[in-house]
Amino acid sequence: MTSIVTPRGPSAETAPSGPSPEHPLKRSQRRIGEGIAMTVLRAAAGLSVVITVGIFVSLLIPSISFFREINAWDFLTGTRWAPTFSDPDFGVFPLITGTMWTTLIGLLIAVPIGLGAAVFLSEYAHDRVRRIFKPILEILAGIPSVVYGYFALFFVAPVVLKDLLGIQVGTFSVLAAGIVLGIMIIPTVASLSEDSLSAVPQSLREGSYALGANTMRTTLRVVFPAAISGITASIVLALSRAVGETMIVALAAGTRAQVVTNPTDNGQTMTGFIAQTATGESSPGSLTYNTLFAVGLLLFVVTFVINVIAGIIVRRIREEY
Amino acid sequence: MNRIARTTAVASALALSLALAACGGGNESSADGVSGEVVTDGSSTVQPLTAAAGELFSEENSDVNVSVATSGTGGGFEKFCAGETSMSNASRPIKDEEKALCDENGVEFSELRVATDALTVVTSKENDFVQCLTTDELKTMWEPGAEGKVTTWKQVNSEFPDEKLELYGPGTDSGTFDYFTDEINGEEGASRSDYNASEDDNVIVKGVAGSPNALGYFGFTYFEENAETLKAVEVDSGEGCVGPSAEAAADGTYVPLSRPLFIYVNKNDYASKKQVAAFVDFYVEQNQPISEAAKFITLNDEQSTELEAALESLKS
Repeated sequence: MTSIVTPRGPSAETAPSGPSPEHPLKRSQRRIGEGIAMTVLRAAAGLSVVITVGIFVSLLIPSISFFREINAWDFLTGTRWAPTFSDPDFGVFPLITGTMWTTLIGLLIAVPIGLGAAVFLSEYAHDRVRRIFKPILEILAGIPSVVYGYFALFFVAPVVLKDLLGIQVGTFSVLAAGIVLGIMIIPTVASLSEDSLSAVPQSLREGSYALGANTMRTTLRVVFPAAISGITASIVLALSRAVGETMIVALAAGTRAQVVTNPTDNGQTMTGFIAQTATGESSPGSLTYNTLFAVGLLLFVVTFVINVIAGIIVRRIREEY
Repeated sequence: MNRIARTTAVASALALSLALAACGGGNESSADGVSGEVVTDGSSTVQPLTAAAGELFSEENSDVNVSVATSGTGGGFEKFCAGETSMSNASRPIKDEEKALCDENGVEFSELRVATDALTVVTSKENDFVQCLTTDELKTMWEPGAEGKVTTWKQVNSEFPDEKLELYGPGTDSGTFDYFTDEINGEEGASRSDYNASEDDNVIVKGVAGSPNALGYFGFTYFEENAETLKAVEVDSGEGCVGPSAEAAADGTYVPLSRPLFIYVNKNDYASKKQVAAFVDFYVEQNQPISEAAKFITLNDEQSTELEAALESLKS
């Protein structure tokens, strides 16, 4: 029976227990609850935005002081990084090469293994196998990065690289750090790629099988291209993580800020420099202090740009089903 | 039924953890009721000594927590003169600028020399071509002009193999860095910058131990603690090769790299905080056993008397 009071028909009928849906008190109680929920959720979302902007601003202000003293071009292209020494130089390029090498090696390890695992889990594995494998993969993701760092120092460098593979590395090397960084990122690549591979409709696979293709053909020619946007997103996320990872490289890559040309050398990454210098002597407002923020800002910008490019690529190549 | 069971489980877990937390706090109280924090920072060379003192002190005074951070001698003084720490560990005397900073902030302090160090130059035990280095060779290796140019052992001494020179050393916040550059390169702070720099001497230990072509320098204790993987290089300053040892440092033959180690104590904190006073008294009175326990080079009688006198001046 239509009532004279309620303008919103269906919602009034789905009201919680009560004598009659069009009782005015019930309606306003519902609206207050809704309103509060909306406000709280808006606040949560807003807080994240505010914090991000806040972090950016807090990086920007000391960096501006830094760039007043040091030319930005010299900063980005200079090849000597010695900010604390008596004849200081602020060329950040050595740190960039350190980060580039560890990231590259990490991706070379993580992408093939991660994608391979993802394809296996989504296309080939039995359901039972899948249910065991996936949680184990997640465990890799749960290991603290400092543990990974020590793993690189005490196992990968001396045992795997020097003894087993005969590669001459010192205690610290970009190679050892990069390898372990890659291992840490495998779950990221595998998990997200597996999700997007699974999201491809089964009808596409079935169509391919119906035309006589085997599983490998179907996977490579049909499923993979269909899931490519998700896979790209996972690789880019892995890239961001690799660039920003601190503990592993701080422990295992070395503390020598030099342009790295050989992966068996030690070097220093941007994050490693920040970790090392932030714990030492740097009075707020001094040039050394501002240097930390300049490098932090550079990291922030690099990660931001990577994410933006990722977004563009993903949107361009996404196929909607 | 499920809901009740869950709620009971959570409630009892909470209650249990609260009970455990409450029980955990009840230690036997210390003999003279001293409690609180003693905050120290500074040299990584002196850190093992202060940490040993802290541990031994805490055995008798379990309510006192002595924290020893390692920001480097320079970093330690920054914090000390800002009043953030009660004691600063230093492997070199305080500089004039640092004294001025302390004056500015009204921090009065006393300097206590607590041990001697024989700054040790080390290579890996796997290194078979270096036994002794002259101070000139060290200078060739470490001076600012060497940056980018001196990259192989052969360039240091033509009898050494043509292998890559891998250098490890303290960073610029370190008192060890200041002292080494002053003695070897002739000017405090003057050093090449393309080496593995770290305030954490354990990083240097690990780095040098990992390669036969590596060389590093740090305080004597770190060599003593790692004598199975590292080799101490003898230093020749014109009178022959002398290796670092307690005796060589004590009788003055290990030159120029033997140096005094200090703690600086905030006079105000000594007077106002009982736990700081108790700790410093303990540190001084038990100086010999603490140094031996931490494998440091102990003071001779003359230096011990000076230390006691310095403690008296602190109390005034």
